[in-house]
Amino acid sequence: MDLSSRRGVDLFVIFCVFLSLLYGSRAEVPSRPTASVTILPPIKPDNGPQPYPEEEKSNLPVFTMNYSRIQIPFEITLWMLLASFAKIGFHVYPKITFWVPESCLLVSIGLIVGGIMYSVHEKPPAVLTSNVFFLYMLPPIVLDSGYFMPTRPFFENVGTVLWFAVVGTLWNSIGIGMSLFAICQIEAFGVQDINLQENLLFATIISAVDPVAVLSVFEDVSVNEQLYIVVFGECLFNDAVTVVLYSMFSFVTEMPVVEPVDVFLGVARFLVVGLGGMGFGVLFGFVAAFTTRFTSKVREIEPLFIFMYSYLAYLVAELFAISSIMAIVCCALTMKYYVEENVSQRSCTTIRHVVKMLGAISETLIFFFLGVVTITTEHEWNWGYILFTLLFAFIWRGLGILVLTQIINPFRTIPFNTKDQFGMAYGGLRGAISFALAFTLPDNIGRKHLFVTATIVIILFTVFLQGISIRPLIEFINVRRTNRKTDTINIEIHTRLMEHTMAGIEDLCGQWSHYYWKDKFMKFNNRILRRILLRDNRAESSIVALYKKLELQNAIEILDTASGDISAAPSIISLQEEKKNSTKPKKKFLAADLKNMHDILSKNMYKIRERTVSYTSKHALPNDNQRREILIRRHSSIRRSLRPGSFQTRQIVPKSQKYFSLPPGESLNSRFPPTRQSSADAQETMSEVAYPGRRSRFGNRSSSGAMMPLHRLGTLKEVSSVDFLNESERGSTGRGSQSRPQSLRHHLSADDNNGLVDEMRIRQVEEEEEEEERPQASQPPAWAAEPRDETPQNPLLRRPQWNEKK
Amino acid sequence: MGSLQSSPSHQDYVDLAEKTGFSFEQISILHKRFKQLSHNEDKLRREHFGQITDLHANPIREQIVEAFFDRRNFYQEIEEPVSEISFENFLVVMSNFRPPSDNMSQEKLVKVRKEKLRFLFNMHDTDKDGTITLEEYRHVVEELLSYYEALETETARGIADAAMLEVASITRGHMEPDEFYEGITFEHFLKLLEGFDIESRMNIRFMNMDTTTLCKLECRNKVCSE
Repeated sequence: MDLSSRRGVDLFVIFCVFLSLLYGSRAEVPSRPTASVTILPPIKPDNGPQPYPEEEKSNLPVFTMNYSRIQIPFEITLWMLLASFAKIGFHVYPKITFWVPESCLLVSIGLIVGGIMYSVHEKPPAVLTSNVFFLYMLPPIVLDSGYFMPTRPFFENVGTVLWFAVVGTLWNSIGIGMSLFAICQIEAFGVQDINLQENLLFATIISAVDPVAVLSVFEDVSVNEQLYIVVFGECLFNDAVTVVLYSMFSFVTEMPVVEPVDVFLGVARFLVVGLGGMGFGVLFGFVAAFTTRFTSKVREIEPLFIFMYSYLAYLVAELFAISSIMAIVCCALTMKYYVEENVSQRSCTTIRHVVKMLGAISETLIFFFLGVVTITTEHEWNWGYILFTLLFAFIWRGLGILVLTQIINPFRTIPFNTKDQFGMAYGGLRGAISFALAFTLPDNIGRKHLFVTATIVIILFTVFLQGISIRPLIEFINVRRTNRKTDTINIEIHTRLMEHTMAGIEDLCGQWSHYYWKDKFMKFNNRILRRILLRDNRAESSIVALYKKLELQNAIEILDTASGDISAAPSIISLQEEKKNSTKPKKKFLAADLKNMHDILSKNMYKIRERTVSYTSKHALPNDNQRREILIRRHSSIRRSLRPGSFQTRQIVPKSQKYFSLPPGESLNSRFPPTRQSSADAQETMSEVAYPGRRSRFGNRSSSGAMMPLHRLGTLKEVSSVDFLNESERGSTGRGSQSRPQSLRHHLSADDNNGLVDEMRIRQVEEEEEEEERPQASQPPAWAAEPRDETPQNPLLRRPQWNEKK
Repeated sequence: MGSLQSSPSHQDYVDLAEKTGFSFEQISILHKRFKQLSHNEDKLRREHFGQITDLHANPIREQIVEAFFDRRNFYQEIEEPVSEISFENFLVVMSNFRPPSDNMSQEKLVKVRKEKLRFLFNMHDTDKDGTITLEEYRHVVEELLSYYEALETETARGIADAAMLEVASITRGHMEPDEFYEGITFEHFLKLLEGFDIESRMNIRFMNMDTTTLCKLECRNKVCSE
């Protein structure tokens, strides 16, 4: 019930916005002769001086309003807000969006708004002109899908994707166009005046599939990767093909006679447009990647470069009338890989969010307008033509998939089966692009209204009927599925392993396929491209990348749980109390206390420091030290849990390896009272012998930039160097004296708010804890006088005598 | 089974096709390749594999080659360590990489999947004792990452350790700190790679056309010169 009331509130809000939108202009500018919400780019010049003529004579106006000045951005903003509110509204009931695609809901809301506007005789906003669409609405949508294209599956299936996108679209356009032209010859329908070119143009428009709704269903159901990527890639490149064909046919429709030469020229142009777009895209992608190499000092505008270069690629391609969609998609695909390594974590997140946001806004608006326009625009209804359009669209789509799969299957490792084909054919929803193209048809086409009507019908039909029914159908026919939760290191390792194995076996068989080309490309990439484009150009395996990602994820989880706990435990106070308690009995740390302290330290210190994070200047972003530190802590915690000792000497040191090597309930001193003091040196040397790798690892930890994803921040360099100093200093002084309690107390009592110093200290404390633990871990063997070889041992390793091959 | 003649008879083809599932064309292509590799001998030895130039760049060539000399992959009982393999053995190993056919029943798919995983497991388990120990796993990861020269072995170790820890947490759930994880058994391996669609990845589209003449010129040249 709570939900429904919330929904009610939402609806009310939406309605209010809508009302203000509708009546805003009218109420506020009463004297305007045409009180329409029409947003036309040129502000009516004759309107300027009119509004308040009587005020001209005297007095300073106390309150003025100049609506016409802000009208366009104001109304656009309100439209966007309305659409966004609608989106919020849908998610009040998760079940609705589960069963009904969002596009359906948006169109429905648009229909309602359109209905209201129609009833009050309001005209729809004429914001969707050809220029606005192609220059402002389309790029974000395409950038969105280009940027989030899953790269690996795409390149593995690139042939199939292009085959379906290019040939499939041509097939659909020509097939539907020809069939409709045949229908037009039947006198009974009364549409003989539509010639072949116009039919082809219309067919092109409605063969642009836009299966966003289908993709989200596919993702939920986790259908197999091949099917997913083919549908994804098809929708992306088919937009490009459609727009090229569209511009070609709309040029052809203006020609009185089409000669055979023109057909060949058309084909040539098609290639120039497509390949040219690709070339520009790749070029701008590389330039963008190269630029981000130098943005380490201007983090705050880093994301901007990505958008500007993509948009530039788009505009330049438009300038030369080559495929701008191709350009922006290729640009996004090219730069993504390099840019995401160059920019900081935050910028990367920002880029992704903004790309998603812009794409979502554009698409939402288009679907919304689709609903509004459906009601408010003039329609020309012709039963015959429209029904046959629907029929042909289905038939040709189905036939196309059937025939094209038969041709492509022999070339595929995993052929598409019947179910996959059904998924592809049924996933051919028409969407935003089709509508926008139809709506922006030039006015000199006689039957424009009929085309718009037919397009809207086919969009509504496919979006509602197919969009809603595809989920149950896909689940019913039980399409081959893939487990998508492949986010473990093991799976990544095996994926790589598999690729190398495949390449090797293919070499053995004397064949070559995409593994071979991938191998070649990776070599080229590592040798040349990365050196030019990346700041930190050390080649990085995807295994390492995933490892980093998981580490970061883990770290963030730790952070999350910590901030969850923080409400229960007031951090500073408890810390200080803890300090008092723990330091009173000198050198008598109970293990429980230590553990407790460690817990509190690890959980609370981020929170404490979070408060001190300050924006150094207006345009700078806060630094990333904190997360990097979590990462380091995480590393060390993994190492700690892998630390030997407990396995070698199971009976001596039983439990609590996790935090300290002290058994629970025993104090540090009570356990090894004499050895601690007397044989400190011996322990030290012992530990050094036992862990030769350990020391170097310490050094590595602070200096190896390649390991830490956040390390490339310029601000961090300082920290690491300081840390280094700190390290060496500690090595010389702090180590021998075993002054843990004192130093700990010192650190805890210091209430310095400087994040950097604080961090260093806490890290130091932690390292001292590790230090503390090290002798402990290695001690038992010394007691038992077991001979130990020099090689570093690992707990997971049972047979130390394992000899590495070769 | 006796060694095959330089051009196998029809009956041999039928047997092999039955056993491995390859088509006759594929068998004849692979046989040609086998002859090419073995310099027209009936048996293939390790040094023959060393002469494949394309394989030199492969970071895990050792494992791949070893897989061909691993008697566990032949499905027959051989006692002594394998030093040379016949065409039949070659084909049987290769048959692990056949894509699953279109109309396969669910149980059959599961079986194929298990066989492929077994093959992979054997590749890891170099000392053939039925468990993948940390050292073995590390070895694989290090070789995989040796492709990227910039990485220190330290990193590779860290990753292998983390991966092993992950295995332990997946298969064992929560572990006591002093508990010992001795290695990945095959059951654990299956569980570990549950989400890994090996049946669609461990696949090679074996040609029905003879392409060896097209792409392995350098190899042939080498063969000729010797």
